[in-house]
Amino acid sequence: MNTPAADPAELWADAVLAAVIFAIDPIGLGGLLVRARSGPVRDRWCQLLGTLLAPGAPTRRLPLGITEDRLLGGLDLTATLSSGRAIAERGVLSAVDGGVLFAPMAERLELQCVAHLGAALDTGRVVVERDGLTLVHPAHFGLVALDEGIGPEERTSPALADRLAIHLDLDQVRSQDSLQNEEDERVDLAEARAELPAVTIPEAMLDALTQAASALGITSLRAPILAAKVARISAVIAGRSVVEVEDAELAARLVLSPRATRLPSRVEDEPESQDDPEATPPAPEPEAEPNEAPGPSETEEDTAGPIPEVLPELILAAAAAALPADLLAQLSQAREPRGAKPTGGGAGAARSSPHRGRRVGVRRGLPIAGQRLNVLETLRAAAPWQPLRRQERGETSGRILIRADDFRINRYQEHAETTTIFAVDASGSAALQRLAEAKGAVEQVLADCYVRRDHVALIAFRGEGAALLLPPTRSLVRAKRSLAGLPGGGATPLAAGIDAALQQALDARRRGQTPVIVVISDGRGNVARDGKRTRVDGEADARLAARTAGRFGLRALFIDTSVRPNALAQSLAAEMNARYLALPHVDPGRVAQELRREAEGAGR
Amino acid sequence: MALPFPFTAIVGQDELKLALQLAAIDPGLGGILVFGDRGTGKSTAIRALAALLPQISVVDGCPYHCDPADRGRACGEGCPAHEQRPGWTSSLQAIPVVDLPLGATEDRVVGALDLELALTRGQKKFAPGLLARAHRGFLYIDEVNLLPDHLVDLLLDVAASGENIVEREGVSVRHPARFVLIGSGNPEEGELRPQLLDRFGLSVDVKTPQDLPTRVEVVRRRTAFDQDPQAFWERHRASELECRTRLEAARGRLSKVQVPDAALERAAVLCQQLGTDGLRGELTLIRGARAFASLEGVTAVGDRELRTIAGLALRHRLRRNPLDDAGSSARVDRAIAEVFAT
Repeated sequence: MNTPAADPAELWADAVLAAVIFAIDPIGLGGLLVRARSGPVRDRWCQLLGTLLAPGAPTRRLPLGITEDRLLGGLDLTATLSSGRAIAERGVLSAVDGGVLFAPMAERLELQCVAHLGAALDTGRVVVERDGLTLVHPAHFGLVALDEGIGPEERTSPALADRLAIHLDLDQVRSQDSLQNEEDERVDLAEARAELPAVTIPEAMLDALTQAASALGITSLRAPILAAKVARISAVIAGRSVVEVEDAELAARLVLSPRATRLPSRVEDEPESQDDPEATPPAPEPEAEPNEAPGPSETEEDTAGPIPEVLPELILAAAAAALPADLLAQLSQAREPRGAKPTGGGAGAARSSPHRGRRVGVRRGLPIAGQRLNVLETLRAAAPWQPLRRQERGETSGRILIRADDFRINRYQEHAETTTIFAVDASGSAALQRLAEAKGAVEQVLADCYVRRDHVALIAFRGEGAALLLPPTRSLVRAKRSLAGLPGGGATPLAAGIDAALQQALDARRRGQTPVIVVISDGRGNVARDGKRTRVDGEADARLAARTAGRFGLRALFIDTSVRPNALAQSLAAEMNARYLALPHVDPGRVAQELRREAEGAGR
Repeated sequence: MALPFPFTAIVGQDELKLALQLAAIDPGLGGILVFGDRGTGKSTAIRALAALLPQISVVDGCPYHCDPADRGRACGEGCPAHEQRPGWTSSLQAIPVVDLPLGATEDRVVGALDLELALTRGQKKFAPGLLARAHRGFLYIDEVNLLPDHLVDLLLDVAASGENIVEREGVSVRHPARFVLIGSGNPEEGELRPQLLDRFGLSVDVKTPQDLPTRVEVVRRRTAFDQDPQAFWERHRASELECRTRLEAARGRLSKVQVPDAALERAAVLCQQLGTDGLRGELTLIRGARAFASLEGVTAVGDRELRTIAGLALRHRLRRNPLDDAGSSARVDRAIAEVFAT
């Protein structure tokens, strides 16, 4: 059990073990994050988990895009209308109380939904204050988040991942491995569940897990707390009443390793530890051979009491050996653009959810042509008149009599949300000396977007091509960080920059937002779309890209950063149908002002 | 109801704990904004405070649980004291701590026509909302930055005026709604508009502790609590009681704490130095320092109190480039050093 899981066959064994551990205490562990494309391996794993769960415990699937009333519970319309009094109906979260909730495509869950799941996982209940109802339902459940994302950007929200104890990556499991069935040592799950509360974890073990988490750069304290729970379950599986080294090692592997944000190097730097600082395990490279990792815990097998002095090292070594092989690559990818300390939940970043026009209230009116009826407010409007109308009509049944002027419809925000897409020239040409100035202008504009609560995306182009530094977000902290970390120098792939901005703009439009493009460049493109570095092709392609972008009728602003206003930039702006501003003659405040005009124009 | 984690057993987070205690001593401070990392125990601390607070005296049967000392003068419809029903009584109750769950709709927040009564009996009766329930207590919103703007506006407005005025579907009601608004959130998931920031009295930045001994202690206590909440509570019962007594004493002597002219002047100079807009910052600073003096058992506000509270009361009010995240705490510290050097 304590051999590191770098061997592919071991990966499946670990996945099976994780399923067993989760099935013993799904609620205590919060859940499992399973990163896996839909396929035979995942299907077999889910099937296996299904057979392990406590009999009689409810399971539910969380459909993507579930509405709040179905998630939390709300007014049961049919029952309310037929009975004439408000009748509540349960939501998915309370229906799954005591069981397990499966969330496929967890990486695409909306921010609101993630917040509800998080609150329910934290408090074990759902509180509903909506539709004239106040409901409190117990909602203790374990969440199995099935993350089908590709690449480091597409990830389950860190806020959710943080609360789920075990993180698995089934994409690394080979299909043939998953066919092996581990029926040989079947655990008595019912017995394990009964005995779990009595299992204790020695403080030294707890401390070692906390230390290992720190050494791996895991900020959140939920990680060691959850690791301790996994260790206790591991102990109960082995029939022990006290956690031992191998349990803690397993917990480190399943809980801590997947959350690591750096390679362990300085575990003993911290003041409290009395251990010899020299005893730090040599930080293994992520691709380290499995047999290189120390596995001395076999010697402890039979001695239940004593805890080895090198415990923190043992546990850290176990975690380190199971670090994902591409950790370094992931970290460099994820951290470079952000240029800041790693955050708790790993490399990914929360995407903000698209709001399609927020509901801002209701008004009287007929629900015709796309208008959404607000049933509750309609009932409220009709309610006071019921006795009178019944009298008039001679009605005696409990039916509610509704007339046309009772109808209430939802009012949505008139202005669509704006997404401002900055394409910043970070090349070495004229822009480099002006990059600081350009940043100043962007910051001004950002501050403005912040007040209006616009979304902001940031694209930088230099050298080979364009990179999306910041997907559309409303978080100013992140925008600011991306901007601060913006490097300068290299050639000017202007065409690629415009193409990328156009792509983002069209995506935003598809989400129902209004895009505004801001290109900040001197207009001197010298890299062609195919990556060749020639001035002639570079300029021609930039013109082509600008013309393409111009055809979509998007709002755009071209900010010329050259020392003197130049014809090239002016003509590009004209091709794009963009307003042209020469930075030397405008101060950042003016840029912000111009953009405001564009955004307001776009919002109409 | 599950036991909350004991307030006095929370490791670190001193600023957050201080701010919560100040708000408990002087509910007029104007709310607390708690922003910070995930998993730092923001919610834990706020729920823990609820268990700690001393009981209050309320008019029996009043939907707004108003203070019998007011004799219903400031209360609203449905209150026995307000309607001067003969023989109304009062009793002790826990201070309300109301959660405003995400996804709450406006009708439940402000209150609305009682649908059931209206449908079945055709009666027009006001069903009080969360604002009524939170009167004289705390209203807690986790992930305040995810709440729709119009709800946040509404909450801040009521919190500032102390009165909830409802005019909808034929109900016309006004009732007192004085509560401490506590909002928490994670700035990575979207921010509050700067206009709203300044409406909160105090602001706290919470960070995950970085030093190992603290981290170890947090994990130890949490694990011990999860395994046996009852036993864990017993171990902290004494300190919880002591903290409650201290808060009660501090509430009692709050009105007796002096604010000398010198302190007022210091506060004014400090705010001037920092260029905070309006008087709100200054007033909160003085009020906060007064509550802190009371907590510490000091009879008059002095430099030490002002220094302690300045960061909490001012850092979110600096007129700043909202992008300049390096600065606000540092700027407050610098200004304190300058002002108090003389």
